[in-house]
Amino acid sequence: MTRISLTVDGARVSDDVEPRMLLVQYLRERLGKTGTVIGCDTSNCGACTVHLNGSSVKSCNVLAVQADGGEVTTIEGLAQDGQLHPVQEAFRECHGLQCGYCTPGMIMQSVDLLNTNPNPSEQEIRVGLEGNLCRCTGYHNIVKAVQHAAGQGATS
Amino acid sequence: MTATQERPSDEVEREIGRDRRRKEDQRLITGRTRWTDNITLPGMLHLAMVRSPFAHATITSIDTSAAKQATNVVAVLTGADFGEELGVCINAWPITPDQVTPNHSPMPSDRVAFAGEIVAVVVARSAAEARDAAELVDVEYDELPAALDLKDAAADTVLAHPDLGTNKSALWVFDSGEAGTGGAVEDAISKARGDGIVIEREYRQQRLIPAFMEPRSVVVDPTGEQYVMYSATQIPHILRFALAATTGVPESKIRVIAPDVGGGFGGKLQVTPEEWIAWAVGRRLGKPVKYTETRSESLVSGHHGRDQWQKLTLAAEKDGTVTGLKVELLADLGAYVAIVGGGVPVLGAFMFNSIYKFPAYHFAVQTVLTNKTWTDAYRGAGRPEATYAIERLMDELAAEVGVDPLEVREKNWIKHEEFPFTTVAGLEYDSGNYEAATARAKEMLGYDELRAEQAARRASGDRVQLGIGTSTFTEMCGLAPSRVLGSLDYGAGGWEHASVRMLATGKVEVVTGASAHGQGHETAFSQIVADRLGVAFEDVEILHGDTQVAPKGLDTYGSRSLVVGGEALVKAADKVIEKAKPIAAHLLEASADDLEFAGGRFSVRGTDQGMAIGEVALATFAAHNLPDGVEPSLDSEATYDPVNFNFPHGTHLCAMEVDTETGELTMRKYVCCDDIGNIINPLIVSGQVHGGLVQGIAQALWEEAVYDDAGTLVSGSFVDYLLPTAADTISFEIDHTTSPSLTNTLGTKGVGEAGTIASTPAVVNAVVDALRPMGVTDIQMPCTPERVWKAIQGAGSGGATEGAAMPHFESGGEMGNQEQPGTSSTEGAGA
Amino acid sequence: MIPAQFDYMAPTSVEDALAALAEHGDDAKIIAGGQSLLPVLRMRLNAPEMIIDLGRIESLRGIRDDGDAIVIGAMTPHAVVGSDPLVAEHAALISKAVEHLADAQIRHRGTFGGALAHADPAGDLGAPALALGAEFVIQGSGGTRTVAADDFFVDLFETAIGDDEILTEVRVPKHTGWGAHYEKFVRVAHQWPIVAVAATVRADGGTIAEARVGLTNMGSTPLRARATEAALAGQPATEDGVRAAAEQAAEGTNPPSDLNGEADYRRHLARVLTRRAVVAAAGG
Repeated sequence: MTRISLTVDGARVSDDVEPRMLLVQYLRERLGKTGTVIGCDTSNCGACTVHLNGSSVKSCNVLAVQADGGEVTTIEGLAQDGQLHPVQEAFRECHGLQCGYCTPGMIMQSVDLLNTNPNPSEQEIRVGLEGNLCRCTGYHNIVKAVQHAAGQGATS
Repeated sequence: MTATQERPSDEVEREIGRDRRRKEDQRLITGRTRWTDNITLPGMLHLAMVRSPFAHATITSIDTSAAKQATNVVAVLTGADFGEELGVCINAWPITPDQVTPNHSPMPSDRVAFAGEIVAVVVARSAAEARDAAELVDVEYDELPAALDLKDAAADTVLAHPDLGTNKSALWVFDSGEAGTGGAVEDAISKARGDGIVIEREYRQQRLIPAFMEPRSVVVDPTGEQYVMYSATQIPHILRFALAATTGVPESKIRVIAPDVGGGFGGKLQVTPEEWIAWAVGRRLGKPVKYTETRSESLVSGHHGRDQWQKLTLAAEKDGTVTGLKVELLADLGAYVAIVGGGVPVLGAFMFNSIYKFPAYHFAVQTVLTNKTWTDAYRGAGRPEATYAIERLMDELAAEVGVDPLEVREKNWIKHEEFPFTTVAGLEYDSGNYEAATARAKEMLGYDELRAEQAARRASGDRVQLGIGTSTFTEMCGLAPSRVLGSLDYGAGGWEHASVRMLATGKVEVVTGASAHGQGHETAFSQIVADRLGVAFEDVEILHGDTQVAPKGLDTYGSRSLVVGGEALVKAADKVIEKAKPIAAHLLEASADDLEFAGGRFSVRGTDQGMAIGEVALATFAAHNLPDGVEPSLDSEATYDPVNFNFPHGTHLCAMEVDTETGELTMRKYVCCDDIGNIINPLIVSGQVHGGLVQGIAQALWEEAVYDDAGTLVSGSFVDYLLPTAADTISFEIDHTTSPSLTNTLGTKGVGEAGTIASTPAVVNAVVDALRPMGVTDIQMPCTPERVWKAIQGAGSGGATEGAAMPHFESGGEMGNQEQPGTSSTEGAGA
Repeated sequence: MIPAQFDYMAPTSVEDALAALAEHGDDAKIIAGGQSLLPVLRMRLNAPEMIIDLGRIESLRGIRDDGDAIVIGAMTPHAVVGSDPLVAEHAALISKAVEHLADAQIRHRGTFGGALAHADPAGDLGAPALALGAEFVIQGSGGTRTVAADDFFVDLFETAIGDDEILTEVRVPKHTGWGAHYEKFVRVAHQWPIVAVAATVRADGGTIAEARVGLTNMGSTPLRARATEAALAGQPATEDGVRAAAEQAAEGTNPPSDLNGEADYRRHLARVLTRRAVVAAAGG
């Protein structure tokens, strides 16, 4: 067991974990942050995307011990004071989700994308989301949602 | 008291037709979700499966002793430990009386029939410890020859189940001459051989994997009076029935809950070995248990879809008028006959003739057992295969006649004034307008301009050629009239159930037997009920997915939720109004005959007297002042059995650029104009269309489940089973024409599968259209750049996929390059 | 899925890491960003007893100007390399390749040295490193040695790094003013390249003065297309000028055959993509 301490969605947490525990397992099983989900075992799908120290990562591809001392934001910590993040709002407004399984990862990656590039073109959005798979939406309305959030006038 | 006016009809917008934002989304976008894998119960144990690495082998011994000694392991169990207690996985649709159906134990103890089959289960206090111990289970196998190639298997060269003596499961035939719905197809073909056109082709429907994003998960809680199963399933009601029927537990003692379910596409329309094993372990140990599959397990053991060889003969007159269609299919069932199983190709049997007026039609499917993962419904189930075949053939016919592909279609399709139209397959199409949808789609694409650009690129010998692909599809959906299902020997009916509960606070609880997994039922159904009862959209709550809350239902698949489940809602809501009427009359001191109901309000004709239905509900709840003999309840339920399928249709056009130097394909534009009847929520419809399109496009371009010659699934992870990303797809232009369905009161048609059914042939037709001047007449799916390039080089339709994965992970490097099991793919005109 | 049990340590200096490596020998595995290693562990294709994490060694991070070369610390994340102005100015080919490497999340976590040490022939960094003549600085208990790119890649997943050594940094000779292009061919975006070509060109007027071409996934290691490079010198920087030289790009390669293409097709792609990459690198 290894002792880790980190900040998750603004709260300080500290636990003894097996070194093999993945960050996503730690979030789900220890902290009950089940909003973050697991979709594959090869780091292709991006469903588990969270922010670690301000950048998007696939939490199935990070050991919990590697996140020691870090700051993690999950989909559950995105809304502030009951106010949805603009990207969350845009996904609902533009129907950027159906079953919702890929959605937490898709939203977290979209937030990262807009942090890096506040005014992306459609192609930049599409490439920026290449690490996240969705099986329901055909991506059309996800792209619209990111455009909408970026204030590019997509009002669907 | 003065009646409050909740929704006067003349002031409030109707809910049906509004692009309401979804009720479901608030939870989903904030991570407040209840996926099955999120569920944790006190003392819950975790399962890990030990799976066969061999496609076909005798199990000679299973040594579980080391695993049993591992840390925190509670039990290690095999099929032999359970015996009949384990139950069996069922096939609900034996398509012929003499169908050969192997017994399907969830965990066989003697012989495995596909790589990935479960032979032992480890139960431990954590999932990690269960997996650790699973590595310690020592299973000895004697490998048997495996039936892998579909055509070889159909010839019984190697037997998938030696005890059955054959791989041929069932031969199902429809012949219009025999059915009296048309002429004899052989006559049409021989005549066409003399003085007409005969198009003979063989197409491959490659094996696909549904690949829903949420891996399947099951939790069994045996600690209460009812055994509870939580499962990531599309079919909680069918699952409960099957558990009761095969494991001897009374149905009344079983509660099945499908919590949030992350996609299905048919892939969760199954009763699975994993569910049955979890059930048996939970009962045996008396403790809650959970099993969640990994993605690799999901890809290898969840059912696959498609996998057919299609031999097709189309007869026509010289001018392109079609005279006959003969369809001979080989369909790969995999190792077992799954719940729908051979019924999947039968669902396509009535659709090969599509929108065209064939005077003669013959369909035969031979279902075949192999030592591969079982197959079953995948979005469209039978109809994409049919649509692909006929829409590819119509392009070939157009090329033969020398006319535009849309021209030969129009020559043969049912004209809008000819509806209702009884087809050569015996179905009555209620409504449609192919001319209108096609005209609109052509306009959206800029058809004539792109044809001109295509001609210019051809003339200049441009490295990048342009193709335009057409698909004027129809499908039958809304599974299904129970009598029709009965005539096809399906094991259940096709009705759906709904109930409406009027709460004292004015809220309305609606219970539906349809079980959503991303479709947006809560929103669309709320709109229907809000309109019908005249209550606020926000005041309607849709409950579903729990057999104790929604005890009756037949679940969600086959584009049935709205057209069958929605109709049940309407009928239940109407009963509420009927029950409320005498109470309202009593309270308003009027005659029931003088009451009219509109906009949520009962009014006394010719007066300003009235009361809202919510007020009637409150008065009924209080029950202080009801008419004599009237029960104090407005709650109502209805079970609706459709009288017919419904037949969405549409015209899809795809413009594709082909880099003739590399074979790379770049989609330039995709437009579609679908006729799905009246639309409840255009926003949800758009989502269904977009997502459906990409799944169909993905069959055309990317996806294929490939096995090596040992029967190992090579495309067994998302590294090799290629789902498209946002970067691989484009934005679509979609529109609708509206010919309301006449088979339900809302005038709706299904939309869940339409995009998938329509798009695949549009895409392949576009690729072939681009290259036809180079002599290319077919490219096998998926149209990989390599296949396209080879076809340009004159090597036919591109050949089978080489059975090896890229070894990106270090120890994956041991996987050598292996040859594809004997599939010859040189058939078809491209050869 | 969950990896098998292992012990874990996160030393804060290269010396401590080397000591740990010496102590645990074959039972240990180094984790850098872990973006290739963790899937392997999760699928239990490998089960080391000890994982030594280089993530806490600050000295392995960063990019610096060192006269005629830029030096990239082995633990520098791809995202940092990809947006670094020094790299863009003096080793543009690396910037171009990193832009297409995996996806954004993996570029945040994965490291420059980790990817090169992993030595997947389909990895996006090997061909640019070869083409630019990078030097690999490898530290062991006995000291530090430098290995030329041509000698670094030994075989599939095998490099010149010894079992008791650590790759600490990569020195990339400056190619200031050279045009660069990374031409990557995939079926879907989240795939490893079927074939990719890394080309960097010093053009003089409209003529190619010098060219370097690296090939991705055309053999068990990244490869240099030397015949093409030689033939390019003095050619006009146009499609026609490059065509004949590019035809030699597949010489001496031994590409794999798999789901995504047979060897012959890959050879064909290498020739076409080389032509396109060189023309693009030359600004054509």
